[in-house]
Amino acid sequence: MQMLQKKLQVEAIQHGSVIDHIPAQQGVKILNFFKFTQTNEKVTIGLNLRTHNGKEKDLIKVENTFISDAQANQLALFAPNATINQIKDFKVVKKFQVQLPDSFIDVFSCPNSNCITHNEPVATRFYVRKGLHLKLKCHYCEKSFSRSFFKELD
Amino acid sequence: MMNNPLYQKNIISIADLSRNELELILQTAHSLKQSPQPELLKNKVIASCFFEASTRTRLSFETAVQRLGGSVIGFDSGGNTSLAQKGETLADSVKVISSYADAFFMRHPQEGAARLATEFSQIPVINGGDGSNQHPTQTLLDLFTIYETQDTIDNLNIAFVGDLKYGRTVHSLAQALSLFNCNFYFIAPDALAMPDYILEELDNKNISYSLHQSIEEVVDSLDILYMTRVQKERFDETEYQHMKSAFLLDAQILNNVRANLKILHPLPRVDEIHKNVDSTPYAYYFQQAENGVYARQALLALLLTNQFQTKL
Repeated sequence: MQMLQKKLQVEAIQHGSVIDHIPAQQGVKILNFFKFTQTNEKVTIGLNLRTHNGKEKDLIKVENTFISDAQANQLALFAPNATINQIKDFKVVKKFQVQLPDSFIDVFSCPNSNCITHNEPVATRFYVRKGLHLKLKCHYCEKSFSRSFFKELD
Repeated sequence: MMNNPLYQKNIISIADLSRNELELILQTAHSLKQSPQPELLKNKVIASCFFEASTRTRLSFETAVQRLGGSVIGFDSGGNTSLAQKGETLADSVKVISSYADAFFMRHPQEGAARLATEFSQIPVINGGDGSNQHPTQTLLDLFTIYETQDTIDNLNIAFVGDLKYGRTVHSLAQALSLFNCNFYFIAPDALAMPDYILEELDNKNISYSLHQSIEEVVDSLDILYMTRVQKERFDETEYQHMKSAFLLDAQILNNVRANLKILHPLPRVDEIHKNVDSTPYAYYFQQAENGVYARQALLALLLTNQFQTKL
């Protein structure tokens, strides 16, 4: 496995998930996004790690936690090229690249404080407008927001 | 007989309507204006719920219902009702009211309210204005007025004047008109320019537009001059005094305009259209307001009956 061929910058885990190829500066956002700072499981984090092509990346490893495809795709908002490795007995059993979904349902609260969704029994829904300037458009209030407005799971 | 495409549909956002559906609404409005149908909605009850007051829109809508023979239930200014005072969710209010009526017209101070209502309503919902978001029936009456006075909506020269940044009506009208082939002229102070996201949408549809600093610059080339008010509160006093004349309309600049020019305004107008314009053959803002009744009648007719089909 690629991860064990060279000296690891971050210790290997036995069972759990590794989120790799997070752009530098986004690792902490992703920690907060998944509330990994609030778990009792072992979390190892590498920030600004040097990659083999000279760029920097962040990395997160969480023991005994398996990130679903849907959750992985949500983090594509912050880390479009991230990969998820699922580890069992120190071996990578599944590896996949995240893909930005077409919509986010029941994930974020609307940055528009006057949006009806704040006090009503509905799941929020945002449509993803991909492209140079990624935007999320609220299904209800129809306003569009850049990703910097979305910090964490509702 | 097949249902018309709008039968039992919700009317929430202008962006939801195709060019064909817009044309159907305009043709139906025209038909009802020419040949009233005072029994079309006999035995129908229409809910008119204004969670935020708007006398103009409410009167226009309720007249539309009554002139088609329907009855109205509802309220003006939801703040006085037990709905607001007892803290009921909009979702619950909509569930109850929609069990009484055949269609639900609503205005609400929060964006997305009408869209939310569609999830809890068993009857068609018509958005009468949701915060700063949409006001589709205003756009429909604007389009109907343009269609009525120009016999077409294609290839017109249309100017939008005033507050193009915060003006819900101009955004919506520009978006609707982008389905047709018009040339736009945007006349506004820099601080109140048409927002970039609208300009991008126009670019994506290859709609031509230009930006100008005064009405006088372009008025002789126009078919439609759509005026809105620049709120002086948005500027400091000297700045406002210095620039306002470029965006106010006075009859003296109308000497060489096209014979078919029509001047529109969503009302209320303050000083942005001088009273001396009212008596020119170009003033059409009061007839435009009257058209609100026919545009709203057209919606009700299409949502609730099958009598009007596409005529193409």
